[in-house]
Amino acid sequence: MHQMTLTELAKGIKAGDFSSRELTTSLLDRIERLDGDINSFITVTRDQALAAADAADQARARGDDRPLAGLPLAIKDIFCTRGIRTSCGSKMLDNFQAPYSATVVEKLEAAGMVSLGKTNMDEFAMGSSNESSYYGPVKNPWDLSAVPGGSSGGSAAAVAAGFAPAALGTDTGGSIRQPAAFCGITGLKPTYGRVSRYGMVAFASSLDQGGPMARSAADCALLLGAIAGHDLRDSTSVARVVPDYLAELDTPLAGLKIGLPKEYFGDGLDDEVEGAIREAIGTFESLGAKVCEVSLPHTHLAVPAYYVIAPAEASSNLSRYDGVRFGHRCDNPVDLEDLYKRSRAEGFGDEVKRRILIGTHTLSEGFFDAYYRKAQQVRRLIRQDFLDAFEEVDVLMGPAAPTPAFDLGAKKDPVSMYLQDIYTIAINLAGIPGISVPAGFAGKRPIGLQILGQHFAEGQLLNVAHQFQQATDWHRRHPSDQETT
Amino acid sequence: MQWETVIGLEVHVQLATQSKIFSGASTAFGAEPNTQACAIDLGLPGVLPVLNEGAVAMAVQFGLAINAEIPETSLFERKNYFYPDLPKGYQTSQMAQPIVGKGEVEILLDDDSRKRVRIHHAHLEEDAGKSLHEDFHGMTGVDLNRAGTPLLEIVSEPDMRSAREAVAYIRALHAIVTYLGISDGNMAEGSMRCDVNVSVRPKGQETFGTRAEIKNVNSFRFVERAIEFEVERQIELLEDGGKVVQETRLYDPDLDETRSMRTKEEANDYRYFPCPDLLPVMLDEAYIEHQRATLPELPSEKRDRFENTLGLSAYDAGVLSSTRPMAEYFEAVLAVCGDAKQAANWVQGELSAHLNRENIDIGNSPVTPEQLGELISRVLDDTINGKAAKQVFAALWNNEGTSADEIIDARGLKQVTDTGAIEAMIDQVIAESPVQVAQYREADEAKRGKMIGYFVGQVMKASRGTANPQQVNGLLKQKLDQA
Repeated sequence: MHQMTLTELAKGIKAGDFSSRELTTSLLDRIERLDGDINSFITVTRDQALAAADAADQARARGDDRPLAGLPLAIKDIFCTRGIRTSCGSKMLDNFQAPYSATVVEKLEAAGMVSLGKTNMDEFAMGSSNESSYYGPVKNPWDLSAVPGGSSGGSAAAVAAGFAPAALGTDTGGSIRQPAAFCGITGLKPTYGRVSRYGMVAFASSLDQGGPMARSAADCALLLGAIAGHDLRDSTSVARVVPDYLAELDTPLAGLKIGLPKEYFGDGLDDEVEGAIREAIGTFESLGAKVCEVSLPHTHLAVPAYYVIAPAEASSNLSRYDGVRFGHRCDNPVDLEDLYKRSRAEGFGDEVKRRILIGTHTLSEGFFDAYYRKAQQVRRLIRQDFLDAFEEVDVLMGPAAPTPAFDLGAKKDPVSMYLQDIYTIAINLAGIPGISVPAGFAGKRPIGLQILGQHFAEGQLLNVAHQFQQATDWHRRHPSDQETT
Repeated sequence: MQWETVIGLEVHVQLATQSKIFSGASTAFGAEPNTQACAIDLGLPGVLPVLNEGAVAMAVQFGLAINAEIPETSLFERKNYFYPDLPKGYQTSQMAQPIVGKGEVEILLDDDSRKRVRIHHAHLEEDAGKSLHEDFHGMTGVDLNRAGTPLLEIVSEPDMRSAREAVAYIRALHAIVTYLGISDGNMAEGSMRCDVNVSVRPKGQETFGTRAEIKNVNSFRFVERAIEFEVERQIELLEDGGKVVQETRLYDPDLDETRSMRTKEEANDYRYFPCPDLLPVMLDEAYIEHQRATLPELPSEKRDRFENTLGLSAYDAGVLSSTRPMAEYFEAVLAVCGDAKQAANWVQGELSAHLNRENIDIGNSPVTPEQLGELISRVLDDTINGKAAKQVFAALWNNEGTSADEIIDARGLKQVTDTGAIEAMIDQVIAESPVQVAQYREADEAKRGKMIGYFVGQVMKASRGTANPQQVNGLLKQKLDQA
């Protein structure tokens, strides 16, 4: 059961092969047995999960046929969940319980889904290896000496390890796609504005976007349909009809025009990763797609621009953690300044502090024009690169990350960590959707193919990914429990 | 040396929306601390702001009322600083692209002349909460009920040259926002708060002197006194060879002085940047025209009409248009009685005297404008004389009758204009005052003019005030002069 897709589990529940309670219990037991080594969950909510499972079973007995009812999932600990701790991977919020749930959490609850708990993540979603979490690093279920990627590392590892058939993640610069690639699962970052950000703890507001992580593109389609849509509580969510993503999955790919950005196949790309991606491209050609090279000339500016804009927004978003109203407060402050300084010094980890410092600096008088304003100009150029490319081709393809999962502790220097996101960051700056699908292995470690589409072309991305998954079985491979235990 | 004062003001006007600028929490004043602050006002993790359309409409109405440019696009930015009553660690405000551009406000000076004060811009922002330093034994309490209340910050050019002009400017703004109904204008409850920029320069010099900013002055009187103190302080400083430092100062009404809060060197770097949670506000021509159509007649327009069309003096027109309730009351009186001068006299005279004595707002006057209008009509049609009218007004004020006519009837105040009846009373007074009559008849014309007052008084007394005084005068003169 723990290796089945959401789609298969839904069928099983509907057919009466097992109940939601049986499924939920089995996964909770599995988490209890095996997550000690992986550390993918920060909080497991057994009681609430079983109660939700029972409710779903009872509703089904009364004739409820909501497609997602009774299906379990895991929620990244960045989404507020009423009455359950939302830590954001930080000591700062170790004691924080929101009095409300995020819009996407409410939507999934309304669909009858069963949350198993809150997954581990890089602190405040800042990181690409899940090593910056206050709750300790997450290990890659395929190879316990490797990182799962980040920042949605706990969500990716939980799905890969068979703890949950699907999970919610967030992606600010690659935080869904890179861990999905590292853990051999499918992860979709929707168009900015497609999914409500209300109740999602903000890292960089103009880049953050929540999305599904699952075992197949079809499962991502199912989940995206449930969480997408305009939210009156999020002014940046877009009032645009949510299409039936499942209906588009089976469209044949004959005639599809695929562009390969030459900048995504240059220096720094691991040979094995490149080999796997080229092989995947070959598969698409065999499905009738046409492939050509395109250029995204400002790609080299994406990481620098991102590391101006994201820390700038973060420095402001994280100002509310001041020890006054909620979150960590230092003991016995002598005055206001002491309260601020020690609460924040104690509550935040190094990476968060580093980005607050960078962001505070780039917004400062005298530096704003050189950094923030310039970065916003670069951002527009990067967006234009994509719009130009989509004049020529339907989708873009390339690697999700330059290497397979690296070893825990391997990246000591922050900049080398930042360069992990070289292929994912520009997508957030442009606001377009991207999906990572399993496309091979380097030894034990999975490799992810990234597919990019135009704004609001999630249906097309899911279709392309689904057709690939009909022709390949990378997404059907699972790490052995030997590795996990 | 002759000094010239230069004043610019930043006035924060609390907008009268039902809910806050970025959340659905109530804006009502005076609730228990922290009962009107929702998750958004508290800045809890994950919450997002949603702009209150009502606040936008009010800002645009203000802009149109001061003939300002309304830019097609305006932008919210974050002003970052730490303070315990600022829940998010930033204030959502506007900086580079405010909702209201350049405009101007006409102010009325003490000599009834007019002056235009240029408005640099006005922008929307959220209010902070309140820090309460008393009652917490050395600690500070924070009340976030006010956090997120919509403010319109109106920034003037440094166009005012005296404390009196500054007060006239604030009065003009007060009139505009209350006429528009976009603020209750209640200064005691903080609905209008002023930051005053003051500098002095030698008369004739073109460049401005170094200014001090006096924060949070909250009444017309304090604005005047704070400026006067500050001007004197700066002049003394300069005349003693000192220098004014650019700084923020606080006005202490108890000591009637300003004192330094922080100097420029200690000033925050607010690190403004566009708020990524809010979309730019785009206003099209149709929206702006729609808002324009909702505008009422504005104070300066009313003042012009009162003066030019109704023929009131500049002073009367200024007083009667100074607040919307005052103007509405006056116009309602006028609608009933039809005589602008009489209506103006009564509203500013008898009515204002009563209101002031009992400290009642004109909107809550116990005498309705309809009642007053009818009363004035009875004077105009000679039903009662002026003296009786005051009695009727007092009776209306004390709720001793529901209408002027009812009181006039009940008290027999109807003016006696029947010549025969008046003559009879005169004959009786003459008969009862032989000594005075003899003195009168012996007196020359000049003295008679003074002496007749005695007889008029006696006749009026005999008529219990109801005799028409002009008739009494005429008939008395005839009768006394006859012999």
